[in-house]
This record gives sequence, structure tokens and C-alpha cells, in this order.
Amino acid sequence: MRSAVVVFPGINRERDMARALRLISGRDPALVWHADTSLPPGTDLVVLPGGFSYGDYLRCGAIAARAPIMNAVRDFAAKGGLVLAICNGFQIACETGLLPGVLMRNAQLRFICRDVYLRIERSDTPFTRGYNAGQVIRVPVAHGEGNYIADGETIARLEGEGRVLFRYSSPDGMIDPNWNHNGAMNGIAGIINERKNVLGMMPHPENHVEASMGRTDGRGLFAGLADHFRVAA
Amino acid sequence: MTSNEPAITPELIAEHGLKPEEYERILKLLGRPPSFTELGIFSAMWNEHCSYKSSKIHLRTLPTKAPWVIQGPGENAGVIDIGDGLAVVFKMESHNHPSYIEPYQGAATGVGGILRDVFTMGARPIACLNALSFGDPNHPKTRALVGGVVAGIGGYGNSFGVPTVGGEVRFDRRYDGNCLVNAMAVGLAETDKIFYAKATGVGMPIVYLGSKTGRDGIHGATMASAEFGADADEKRPTVQVGDPFSEKLLLEACLEIMAKGCVIAIQDMGAAGLTCSAVEMGAKGDLGVALDLDKVPCREPGMSAYEMMLSESQERMLMVLKPDKEQEAEAIFRKWGLDFAVVGETTPTKRFVIRHAGAVVADLPIKELGDEAPVYRRPFAERRDEREIDAGSIKPPVAVADALETLLASPDLCSKRWVWEQYDHVILGNTVQRPGGDAAVIRINDGPKALALTADVTPRYCEADPFEGGKQAVAETWRNLSAVGARPLALTDNLNFGNPERPEIMGQFVDCVRGIGEACRALDFPVVSGNVSLYNETNGCAILPTPTIGGVGLLDQFTQSMTIAFKADDEAIFLVGETRGWLGRSVYLRDLCGREEGGPPPVDLAAEQRHGDLVRGLIRDGLITAAHDVSDGGLLVALAEMAIASGIGAVLEAPSGILAHAFWFGEDQARYVITAKQSKPVLERAKAAGVPLAPLGATGGTLIAIAGERPLRVDDLKRRFEAWLPAYMAGAT
Repeated sequence: MRSAVVVFPGINRERDMARALRLISGRDPALVWHADTSLPPGTDLVVLPGGFSYGDYLRCGAIAARAPIMNAVRDFAAKGGLVLAICNGFQIACETGLLPGVLMRNAQLRFICRDVYLRIERSDTPFTRGYNAGQVIRVPVAHGEGNYIADGETIARLEGEGRVLFRYSSPDGMIDPNWNHNGAMNGIAGIINERKNVLGMMPHPENHVEASMGRTDGRGLFAGLADHFRVAA
Repeated sequence: MTSNEPAITPELIAEHGLKPEEYERILKLLGRPPSFTELGIFSAMWNEHCSYKSSKIHLRTLPTKAPWVIQGPGENAGVIDIGDGLAVVFKMESHNHPSYIEPYQGAATGVGGILRDVFTMGARPIACLNALSFGDPNHPKTRALVGGVVAGIGGYGNSFGVPTVGGEVRFDRRYDGNCLVNAMAVGLAETDKIFYAKATGVGMPIVYLGSKTGRDGIHGATMASAEFGADADEKRPTVQVGDPFSEKLLLEACLEIMAKGCVIAIQDMGAAGLTCSAVEMGAKGDLGVALDLDKVPCREPGMSAYEMMLSESQERMLMVLKPDKEQEAEAIFRKWGLDFAVVGETTPTKRFVIRHAGAVVADLPIKELGDEAPVYRRPFAERRDEREIDAGSIKPPVAVADALETLLASPDLCSKRWVWEQYDHVILGNTVQRPGGDAAVIRINDGPKALALTADVTPRYCEADPFEGGKQAVAETWRNLSAVGARPLALTDNLNFGNPERPEIMGQFVDCVRGIGEACRALDFPVVSGNVSLYNETNGCAILPTPTIGGVGLLDQFTQSMTIAFKADDEAIFLVGETRGWLGRSVYLRDLCGREEGGPPPVDLAAEQRHGDLVRGLIRDGLITAAHDVSDGGLLVALAEMAIASGIGAVLEAPSGILAHAFWFGEDQARYVITAKQSKPVLERAKAAGVPLAPLGATGGTLIAIAGERPLRVDDLKRRFEAWLPAYMAGAT
């Protein structure tokens, strides 16, 4: 799997992401500068990583969405290329129009960093094939603006088309406001686009990939992607 | 010299925080009256914050050397060797006065400043810690200060992209008028790529990098060198405004041009901004510096030389570059969208010459600006309270179980989760131990080594007996590092006190420093960096003496780091160390009996060493399953924390030959609670080392059950432990 991690000024989880990709796919990702206008030839997966692109100024992701490299990312996605957008990446993907909806400030108006539980809603996508549907994983979140909101029609479509892949849940998989730390509608933690090739999610699976560090719940996402490309090749 | 400048009057001199005799010294040094800009420069260089004029002679007594120390105090940060060609660069610094005036920006720029100190030396920051002291929870300002400071620390560190992994938070009415914000940053560098402030070579370009200069923070350092009166709120314009985004860009750009070999010397613009950084680079290199202020990137037009020299705008650096690398360096800074301007050069004259709008506005002897700053040997009054309080004279106000419930839900001992969940503590993917344990543990690169990090002090001990209190702060730091299995290597000290012109405050300072020095020598734990914050005082009421100690230790195997949580049922619980039941200055005595009396528990440094070495060895050899140092609140609080961290209970024996409240809540030092699957090897090791080891009981069940006391449910204790701070911040208490 050839991955390209886009680096906008102010992005700060690109190293975490690069390590996860290296450990699981066996290949270092290319780091692509925001001012570039093209992706490395042969890129399988584009990653928009976490951080505070452009300081989160104006609106989270709003400036990054207009960076030169984003035209290439949009073209890549339009041709069916896989895009993984995490945390600030999710915000950028929404601002770019790759995904619907918006990430508002957390309901409690505070930044929150903690481990949360996610219920995997379906396993028949390249992003979740490493998991079982209904499985619950534990991964960290670290964000101030992760409260997913969209209009009623969009939410109905997302739910109707099975485009919610990850939902905040209790450790035993129950959807419960007490386990939804940021107030996201329907406990939405991660969604895919209509074509099912762009995933946006707030949590950080890339921070839970090493057994020696305690937890490996995030591995499934990267292992599934690597598998997807191995099978395709 | 330029006209249009205010005349130098006694009032103007006083406004600059300079005493009449200090002004006399300036006149003597120059042989003429200073210009307005020069007066500003002297006030920036000679204030307490920058000159250490009250503390210098005492700081010199601290041990700063060890075979693993690469750089001790005097540079931007301390540097220690951790093997494999790697060095740890770290320092702690206060941002107390600004944080009280403007909590969000004050705390944020405190974090920004300390991060800059670390990456200025060529290190990539890998962790931050902070130690916060606030006033009485019932004081009308406290809640807003807690909220603002915590949000500010998080806002800066989270955006910059460094995990904030540890520290402490305390409440005491003595901080009502002056909160303390002590921020520590830790970075990783290669031992042969450390960068210093010392300029070399004449005619070398001096380059200004980073954000533009604005009118914020002017006189910040002078403000922080005086106590507050009724006008604290009016000092808001002296507080800087932080931009973590620019700092992140500055980090990446600096590390990139350092890697390309462009840099001769580098100094960040912190307190007293351009003045302090330029003088330091020249003075350290025995060179003069000539600056042309017309070249300085400014945020707004019309800034005077005085304003530019004293601005404390953030995210700025000064560098001396290799002339042949200037273009390469500029291209890198432009790529990151940062300002880059050659603003001067090094000269052979040893003079600090400032030009602005075609005129020379300052021409000062550069060495004397620093070296000839006043040094005070201030009078000090000693205080030592060594009284042992007879536990029998203290009637327990409530039963042991009730006391534990109260203490766990008290402001000082309750969970600080509400605070550290607002800090990204997992970014960079190397956090082995998150906040909430004895010390944070951060893996180094991909391992196998790891750093243990902690920040500690017990101010109520320091006030009762500054010498023992100073010792205790170092000992507790050392103990916390040992409790996770790390070998303590070095520390940074952040010495927060009141007005040193008062002998009793100066006495606190002198004796705390003596105590710190004694403990450092005994434990082979040198001081490699630090910061002094005096005048933490409002209307004559000083803070508790608070010498915060930030410690760094090393683990050879990150996978061996020990945690406080009980691991399984039916494991033996032991207490390492001796229990006399010392209640003087304990949290129990203060919070349950309403008495702040007696001497603090004495610190036996030889015992600390023996006990810590034993625990560290037991961890290394895999003989124990949990370890926790016993500190604030005493033994039962430590046991409860171990239970709460795991959800596993404990069955504990009642003490014999000692009063129950003294046994469970006394704060005797040099103690740890440990658990083991097999008792025998632990008992044998302790015996061989001559360390007292007492069986306390066994883990298991869902209760903390002490023979003869009301059993307590661990889940209920956890609820109490977690509830207080969120409820308080929501305004519900």
C-alpha cells in the first residue's frame, strides 16, 4: 500500500500516522507538502492527518480546504482513490465538500483527550474490513471541535445508506449519551461518502497500534486497508 | 540621541522599576544620563526576573554537575546525556503574574516560552508538564482562573503538538491574589547537535526570525518583578498574546535550518524580547552587537525604538547565521511562511549599538549590561518548625473510613482528570503512562528507552520549615521517578516566592534552596536549569513558598515501567519504609482537624536513597506488580488511589502499636506501597537492603476493608474522587 500523508502548516499528527502506516503496511508513506499540486504517482491511499492546520484560524479546516494540494486530492477521490481523513483531516474533508456535515465545538465547549469506545457499524468497506460489524474498539480522541452535525435530510441519508462506519458507544456497544463525549448527532464518530472511498473520523486509531504500548484496537483499520490493496493487486 | 523622548525624571525611573541607587549605578557606568531607550533597556536587563539579582548568590550553591550533565544552568535549558547519542533538553519556567492578570493568554504564552527555550537548543519537544497553584476554591476569582489557565495551557500545547503528560494542581487561600503557573518542557536532541546562545565571529549576520514585533508584552518582565497592588487588572497590556500556529512553524523551520548547518548561535526572544536575546548572544561571545531597528518586521507602523526593544511579542527568534548559508536559511523560513530579516551584525567593540530612523538611540557596554547588574545579598530571617505533634493529642474528628471519603473528595487530593483531559496527552504516540500516576512515562523514539517525568513540591511543608520543605520537594520528585522504575537523572527548579525585600520571605528562599541543594547532593540528582519567580505577593500577602521541582528519570525498557494500579486479586500488599505517624502539616490535620501546625515530616535522605533503590530494583527484576509513593494524605489515600486506578479492592489489617489515624494519614517520608504475587523474594530483598517492609494485607474484592472499620466500596470512592473538580467547575459546589 503506497500512502501519501498531506502536511499542511500546523498539522501535528503526521508522525503518528506515518508510524502506524509504516508498522502495519511495511512501507513509509510519502509526506506531501500543502503547496504541492500533485500526489506522488502510484498513490493508493491519501491521508489527511490530525492537527491544527493553519492554527484552526477562521474555522477548523477552512483554510486547508483551499490549499493547492486539495485540487489533486479532490481529483484523486473523484477517480475512486481512497482518502482517510482523521480529526483535523475530517474537518478539512467536510470543508472541502468531500464529506457532508460539519464538526462543531464539543457540546461541553472544552477540548477532550481520552480513550473512547467506537462501535463498528459495518465491515464491508475497505476501511473497516479489518473489523467485525458490531465490534467495539477503544481508541483515543483529542479534539475541541468534534461534534458532528448535519441537517435532518443528510443525517437520514447517511443512516439510510449505511454510511456511518463508527459510532461512539459504551464499552459493550450501547449507543448512550453518557458515552458520547462531544454531543455528535446519532453518536457519529466516522462517516464515508456516497461512493464509499472517503472516510472521515474524529478518533485516532493511529495512536493505538502497538501491543507494547498497551492497545492495538486501531490496527484493524490500517491492516484492513493494506489487505484491501493486497487483494486488489 | 533622538528628541521627542520623555525626559528622565525620578518618577520615570521609578516607573521602570529601578531603585535610585540602581540609577546611580547606570550613571556611573555610562558617565552620562541614559536615553529613554537606554533606560528601557536597563530596566529590562536589571529587573529581578532577568537579572536574578536577589537569588543569584544562593543559586550558585546548588549542585549542577554529574557525568551525564552536558549543560547546566545558564543556557536556555539544561541538557543531559541519556546514551545512544541522544540528549534530553528540559526546563521549567513560571508565568505567574501574567496568568493572574489574563489567565488564558498568560498560561498559553508560558507554555510557548518554555517550548521555545527547548527547541532553541536544537531539541524537538516530546512532552510538557505543569504545576498549578490556585487560591481557595471559594475565592471569587479561583474558578475563572482555573478554567482560563487550563484552557490556555491546552490551547497552546495541543495546537503546537506536544503531549502534556503530568504535573500537579493545588488550592490554597494563600494563592488567592497570585496564582502560580509553572510550565515544563522536555525535548530530545542529538548530543552533537546542541545549539547555544554564544555568538562567534565578527561581522556575522544577526537574523530576526518568526512572528512580527508588536506592542504587546512591553514591560512584561518588569511587571513580573513587582508585587501586585489594587491595580493588577490594569496591567493587562503587559501580557503577551500567543500564537501556537506560528510557534509550530517556527519549530519546524528552526530544526530544518539547524539540520542544514546554517546556525552559529540562536536565542529565543522571551522576557525582555529583542534586548535580552541580543545582549545575551553578544555578551556570551565577548562580541558587540549592532542592530538596525528599521529592518525589524513590525506588526504596525510607527513603533518607537523603545517599544521594539521592550516588546515581548511571542514566537520570535534571533540567530547568528553562517554568512554563506544565509540564502538557504531564508528559503526555508519563507517556505514556512515566517518573517526573516537581517537586522544587524556582530562587532568587535563589545558595545550594544541600536540604530533607528537614522539615529543611534542606544550605545551601551554589552558585557556590563549583564555582568554589572546589581547583585543583592538581602537580609533573611530563618524559620524552622520541627515540632512533632503528638498524635494522641489529636482527637480524630471522624472515623477512618469517613476521613478517607472526605480526603479523596477534597480539592487537593481529588482526581485532576477534568484538567488533564483538556490536554492532548497521547499525541506523538509515545505516551506509556498517562497523567494520574506517580510520573508520566514517555518512550524515546521507537524505544526501548523511556523518560519518566514529574513535577512536585509541598508548599505547606516549605512554609513551616523551608529547609526540610526544600529537601522534601526534591525527595518526592526522586521518589515518584523511582516508583515507575526510572533512574532519576536531573531536575529543573522553579522557585516561586513572595517579596525578597522582606527578610522572612528571603529566609524562605534561602533555606528552601539550601534544602534543595542538600537533597540534590545526597541523591546525586543535579539541577540543570531553572527559573526564579519572586514578588508573588498582593497587598503584602505572599504565596506559600513554592519551589517546584521538575524531575527527569530514565528507564532502559519502557515496557518495564510500573504503574500504581492493583493488578489482580490475592496479591500481597507491602509498605516500604518506616511509619511514625507524622501528622504535623498533614492534609489530615489541615482538612479534617482545621489545624495548620507542627513541623513537616523530616526527610531522611539516606533512607530515601535506600528505599528508592530497593523499589527500582524490584521493578527492574519483575518482582512486584504495582508501586505508588506515599505522599499527600498518607498511606490510606495511596492505597485508595491504587484501588481506584484498578477497580480492585483490598483487605487490610488494622495497625498495632500506633494510633489508627496517625498510621493511615500520617505523612512520613521515604515510603512506597508495593504489591507482589510472591512475598518471599520481596521480603528477602528488603531484608538484605536493610529497608523496613511491613505487610499491609492483600488485594482483592470490590471493597477497601480495614479490620474494625466500615468497609468502603471502591466504585463509590472512585465516584467521590472523580466528582469534586467537575462539579466545582460547573459551579455546583
